[in-house]
Amino acid sequence: MEPSSLPPRLDLTGITKRFPGVLANDHVGFAVRPGEIHALLGENGAGKSTLVKMIYGIMQPDAGEIAWNGQRVTIANPKAARKLGIGMVFQHFSLFEAMTVLENIALGMDASIPARALEAKILSVMGQYGLKLDPHRIVSTLSVGERQRIEIVRALLLNPKLLIMDEPTSVLTPQEVDQLFVVLRQLASEGCSILYISHKLHEIKALCDSATILRGGKLVDTCDPKVETSRSMAEKMIGGSLKDIQRNADRSFGPDKLVVKALSLTPPGAFAVALREISFSVRAGEIFGIAGVAGNGQNSLLLALSGEEVAPDHGAVVVNGDAVGGLAAKERRLKGMASVPEERNGHAAVPTFSLTDNAVLTARDRLGMVRAGLIDARAARTYAGEVIEAFSVKATGPGAAAESLSGGNLQKYIMGREILQKPQVLVVSQPTWGVDAGAAAAIHQALVDLAATGSAIVVISQDLDELLSLCDTLAVINEGRLSAPMKVADANIEEIGLLMGGIHGEGGSAHAA
Amino acid sequence: MTLDLIIAALMTVVGLTTPILLAGLGELVTEKSGVLNLGVEGMMLMGAISGFAVTVFTFNPWLGVLGAAFGGAASSMLFAVLVLQLNSNQVATGLALTIFGTGLSSLIGLSFVGRIVPPFSSIFPAALSRHPVWQVIFGYSPIVYFALIMVPITAWFLHRTRAGLILRAVGENDHSAHSIGYSVVGVRYAAIAFGGAMAGIGGAYFSMVITPMWAEKMTAGRGWIALALVVFAGWRTGRLLAGAYFFGILMALELYAKAAGFSFMPSQFWAAMPYLMTVAALTIISARGTQGANAPACLGKPFLPST
Repeated sequence: MEPSSLPPRLDLTGITKRFPGVLANDHVGFAVRPGEIHALLGENGAGKSTLVKMIYGIMQPDAGEIAWNGQRVTIANPKAARKLGIGMVFQHFSLFEAMTVLENIALGMDASIPARALEAKILSVMGQYGLKLDPHRIVSTLSVGERQRIEIVRALLLNPKLLIMDEPTSVLTPQEVDQLFVVLRQLASEGCSILYISHKLHEIKALCDSATILRGGKLVDTCDPKVETSRSMAEKMIGGSLKDIQRNADRSFGPDKLVVKALSLTPPGAFAVALREISFSVRAGEIFGIAGVAGNGQNSLLLALSGEEVAPDHGAVVVNGDAVGGLAAKERRLKGMASVPEERNGHAAVPTFSLTDNAVLTARDRLGMVRAGLIDARAARTYAGEVIEAFSVKATGPGAAAESLSGGNLQKYIMGREILQKPQVLVVSQPTWGVDAGAAAAIHQALVDLAATGSAIVVISQDLDELLSLCDTLAVINEGRLSAPMKVADANIEEIGLLMGGIHGEGGSAHAA
Repeated sequence: MTLDLIIAALMTVVGLTTPILLAGLGELVTEKSGVLNLGVEGMMLMGAISGFAVTVFTFNPWLGVLGAAFGGAASSMLFAVLVLQLNSNQVATGLALTIFGTGLSSLIGLSFVGRIVPPFSSIFPAALSRHPVWQVIFGYSPIVYFALIMVPITAWFLHRTRAGLILRAVGENDHSAHSIGYSVVGVRYAAIAFGGAMAGIGGAYFSMVITPMWAEKMTAGRGWIALALVVFAGWRTGRLLAGAYFFGILMALELYAKAAGFSFMPSQFWAAMPYLMTVAALTIISARGTQGANAPACLGKPFLPST
């Protein structure tokens, strides 16, 4: 680390940004020293993204000052930011799917460099930091971890003095996270400052030198994550005490409610992953987690379980002793099987429909909302109201359009819509994706409570922490194959990570999938 | 069939191909930037009347071609402001541009009906351009050679230059391009203008070379064939050239069928063939299940940077 007499690499004072109806950043100020790894913590909507967008020149602050190496600067656009030496790796990669790695990197460069010279530079940077990537691959054929490497290489080629990483690990396997941290520590040791945005507190404790916490657009605290506990930082983040999942410690499981036997299925679509011989069973009262890196068949599995894709073998999916493999979603619902897909807007709910109408879509048969082909509007409205009430959904009422709700509130509503139908089997995908910690805790608790009433629950998630805290049993999906289930109580993170990366058993050579 | 007949047939094919090749190249570039401009027919007609009018006043067909390019580009700017600045629906706006271009060109053209324009002088010596055999290579208007030269130039621009890379990037993922710092709207304005200019020159080929005089709606739906051609070509320049000649042969068969029953199928069959072939090409591309379609991912979507 460099002497503290140097001016801070980045110094923010009084940064304020207002959007119609919301103050996204309210007098936020903190400093990042040269070579420091600085965490920016906060829930969704706390104003982290807005703040870094202003640092990277995508937006302009309404008030406040940005100083760079002690000089006051105005960062008019991303180009100006890069010129100063600010690089950014986005959460949602700004990549061009149909183009090669090389073309993608060339697009991120401000100067025009001949393709061959650029390729040589890329190879040298990758060698320096131990990153592996073929410059001529088409991006759409790459894994998420490899895509992130493109972004990192693109940023590193500009010799950044400050690298902004926006939630970089949300889609990586534990091994890929370790590799990433090695690169980041090497960069920091060379004097590059890193602004690391995340809500994964153990990562911040492991990696960062200091942490700035935002809540509701305001700065709450700048602290040392090595001194703080994960819990104390989480409580600063949500501004209250964190609720643990409450459940019966010595719960027991009933008979099998959901049995999947050698389910093989290839959904249509060029990018769909085929399921291969998937077998597992979930007992009454059990929460069964399916871990895996995105794009390994999770979507196909959800479609196959919900009935959106019918299995070729009628006996491949059994609910409560009834074979349902050949039934479509509507019939499976009548048999007591409900599901919540990953995408809230457009898959789980129709964005422009009211909450009432969205309730009718999945609850009409189980709750008798349709008589003689006509919708019983009162029953539907009452049910939507019950869901809003029971799950503390922030909405103007049952008539509010689904798209008018925030992500977390819509997710609570959709989960509530299924849970209050008391399904025998519930399949959910990414139940807390993009949802803030408070709403996530509420959703987790609702799942645990549903299981306690004797339902069988399948949770498909890329968030390993979520699965470890929520599930009783866990299996890993990789390239459409499901590993043997293991009890969460005696699961080994290392082993799960290897399974997620596609290593089955011992002795396989490490290949980051 | 005699040699004369074969040469006449070949020259007909080249003549029919040139306008759709020009308009198709322009539309290809526009679509590569992520904008679907269905106004090709209208822009061709605007180019046809602009080129014709400029030539009538200046007696210079070269200035006429410039005027046609300007007329096509100017009408495309109307579309560009609506879809880029006001985020209107591209399909509806493109259709409106076709209707508008058809109407406005007819209105302007009223006072030009019956006028004639001086033809292009050949760029090759008469010994070649009038030669009974060699005219099949040298006997065309300069616009034909311009269209052919533009094929490799467009391919080179799209795939070898940085500006072309940025243009494709904007069409592939507008939000990413914006977040890197490229002007999505600026690139799209330029691409739409290029598409308009090329369609305009394609239209001028009708009013200045084929007839050469003005008649309303004289492009006779070739703008739609150019649109089908881009899809048929799978958004690739090389295939666009091949496709344009293939469509040109089909259109020639239509003409011969109409003129002399010189064909084993009714002319309407041949008129429908380019569209049927496009459907067939799409089916083949889709059945192969690869990304062979090469369609820009953002095609037809408005760009709203705030979200």
